[in-house]
Amino acid sequence: MVHHPFRQRLSRRQLLGAATLTAAGGWLCEGAHPLTSIARAADHPALGTYPAGSTGSSVFIGITVPRTGTYAVQGEDELKGYQLAVEHINTGHDLIKKISPKTSKGILGKELKFGVADSEAKPNTAVQEQSRFISENKAVLITGSTSSAVAVALNKLAQREKVLYVAGISGSNDTTGKDCVRYGFRQCFYGQTAAAAIGPVIVKSLGKNKKAAYLTPDYTYGHTVQHSMEDYLNKNAGWTTVTNQVAPLGAPDYSSYLLNVANSGAEVLLNVNWGHDAVLSIQQAKQFGILDKMQLVVPYQTPFLAREVGSGLLAGVYAATDFWWTLEDKYPLAKTFVEAFDKKYGYKPEWGANNAYMEFALWADAVENAGSFYPPDVIKSYEAGRKLQSTVGEVYFRPEDHQLVRPVIIVRGKKPGDMKNKEDFYDVVEIIPGEGLMQKPDAFGCSLGSYT
Amino acid sequence: MFNGLVLGALLALISAGLTIIYGTLGVLNLAHGAMFMLGGYAGYVAYAYTQSFLVALIAGAVFVLLVGLAMERSIIRFFYQRPAEDQILVTFGLAICFVEIVRYAFGSLSKTVPPPPWAMGITSLGFLFYPTYRLLVVGIVIAALLALYLLLYRTRIGMIVRAGIEDSGMVDALGINVYRVFMLVFGIGAMAAGFAGIVNAPVVSLTPDVGESILVQSFVVVVIGGVGSFPGAVLGGLIAGEIISITSMLNPAYAYVMLFAVMTLVLVVRPQGLLGIQGRE
Repeated sequence: MVHHPFRQRLSRRQLLGAATLTAAGGWLCEGAHPLTSIARAADHPALGTYPAGSTGSSVFIGITVPRTGTYAVQGEDELKGYQLAVEHINTGHDLIKKISPKTSKGILGKELKFGVADSEAKPNTAVQEQSRFISENKAVLITGSTSSAVAVALNKLAQREKVLYVAGISGSNDTTGKDCVRYGFRQCFYGQTAAAAIGPVIVKSLGKNKKAAYLTPDYTYGHTVQHSMEDYLNKNAGWTTVTNQVAPLGAPDYSSYLLNVANSGAEVLLNVNWGHDAVLSIQQAKQFGILDKMQLVVPYQTPFLAREVGSGLLAGVYAATDFWWTLEDKYPLAKTFVEAFDKKYGYKPEWGANNAYMEFALWADAVENAGSFYPPDVIKSYEAGRKLQSTVGEVYFRPEDHQLVRPVIIVRGKKPGDMKNKEDFYDVVEIIPGEGLMQKPDAFGCSLGSYT
Repeated sequence: MFNGLVLGALLALISAGLTIIYGTLGVLNLAHGAMFMLGGYAGYVAYAYTQSFLVALIAGAVFVLLVGLAMERSIIRFFYQRPAEDQILVTFGLAICFVEIVRYAFGSLSKTVPPPPWAMGITSLGFLFYPTYRLLVVGIVIAALLALYLLLYRTRIGMIVRAGIEDSGMVDALGINVYRVFMLVFGIGAMAAGFAGIVNAPVVSLTPDVGESILVQSFVVVVIGGVGSFPGAVLGGLIAGEIISITSMLNPAYAYVMLFAVMTLVLVVRPQGLLGIQGRE
């Protein structure tokens, strides 16, 4: 067949013209007939996967968590939280109804379905998989991340594709700071709130004018958390940083960094590493005799950390976290959640699972209140600043940067002899309300971008 | 510097296994990293049952020897005559299978094998304090390398293996059953990696993908040292260990960049590797 570029171009131009005419016609009609305009008020123009993603009897969620690599364990835990939430939403479980009172079964009567892909904690992989969920499955929500590098990348994808993204685990200040977007929301604690929460506790326990060494993973999470900690401790308590050892994500061996720490003369070791990196670096710090000389502090706790490092290495160690299962004694919703989770999966949920569960529960609440899956309506529903019920008490989203205002939990590792059961790894030392911990919404350069 | 010695010794042992397999059989074994991982897990299981580090050490090595033999008999031997791409694909596939089987059986949660109690603390070397167990690693690995050396250079089997590296067709023509030797070589090569895996287990904690980075490093070692050369693997291992640890001290981000830069340099200046012989495949 002979190719006719001219003819093709002509026909495309005709098409474009026809489309413009139709659109203009539609406008005129609406203006002319007040009745149709009312009828269409709830109707919105197509945007992202709307309305294609929510016209059937079910809606689809794209989930990418790391199932291999350094953060695999935490990714699996997170995934279980998502799965439990989907099950509860679809069956109208009591716990979901307490968090999202308007929920009966499903969301706006639609069943939730989801797809899972392994992100390997790599931004490129996550973006690729989520793009597939968006284009092929018409996902109305994307989620999952245990690395802030992934969270930031998915933030950008969400804003570009106009599909809502709720960050999984992401500790970087940037996620709701300089890389925040209109289509992204985050629930968990982060560098700034972790530092503001654990700072006073460790200063009270360890004293002023200490020499500190940092072990920092080399990406947005590590740098911002290290920076926030250093900022707090050096300004408020006269601490000095004697060394900051920056290692790549997934480093196979920490010996050279630890030798530098051992020779730094530090009194306190603040380990910002996360996932298996945290486990390995703490175990090796023990091998190098560092834990006998320096006090360890974990500013941003990793799920399963105490289980994995074993043999009481975390006894007396302070850590900031999002959730610990013994909070069930204080919060009734936490109790219901821990029991339901334990019954289904056979272990006490860690904070990744809790956070994942709450993400979907609060999304259900936002959509039910919006009364529609139209993304700008859902976003405005999130931004309304409603008081929300959660497993850590009352919380709310800050409209300016889409960060959940929530308490940070300070825990201290127990000695193996003091553990009441095999999962009783920490004492909850303090629950610090979120309001006082947060920076001003624009302090980290957040500008949310447009709704459409 | 000293740190590099420990890492280097381990790399030397793993690469020695890789290089004798490649040198003798011509098979590029991408499942070598998985052997390293399996050794660690086999040792972990043995330790969990017996609480004895020595038993774990032996179990790790013997288990991987058996896996190696079984792999050779059931799969690898059918690939000797196949093109290199097929060999790479099949060993790569096997590696994925092993990793996923272990992940399925043990989960991704990392496992710890503690060092023997008497090697737990730290030792003063005068100029620095160093974990006792890591010193022990150097000793164990030197002993293992020595055993491998004696096997290759002082026994009849070793002679056949070395002859096989030079010209396996000739050895066959001399009426020696090269296939039996091939099987043994594959088993021993795998065992070297498995043994390194369990020796290394107390230093790092075990996860199913512990072998991945090791595989890449040991290939670099083999290239630096000279493909198919046992002394080359040892020398290459030590050099790679030093490069990684010295660069890590200055700027960790460049450790692996330096490693590959040195490899490239070696390839440019001496394409056959430091101790490799030109023209050998």
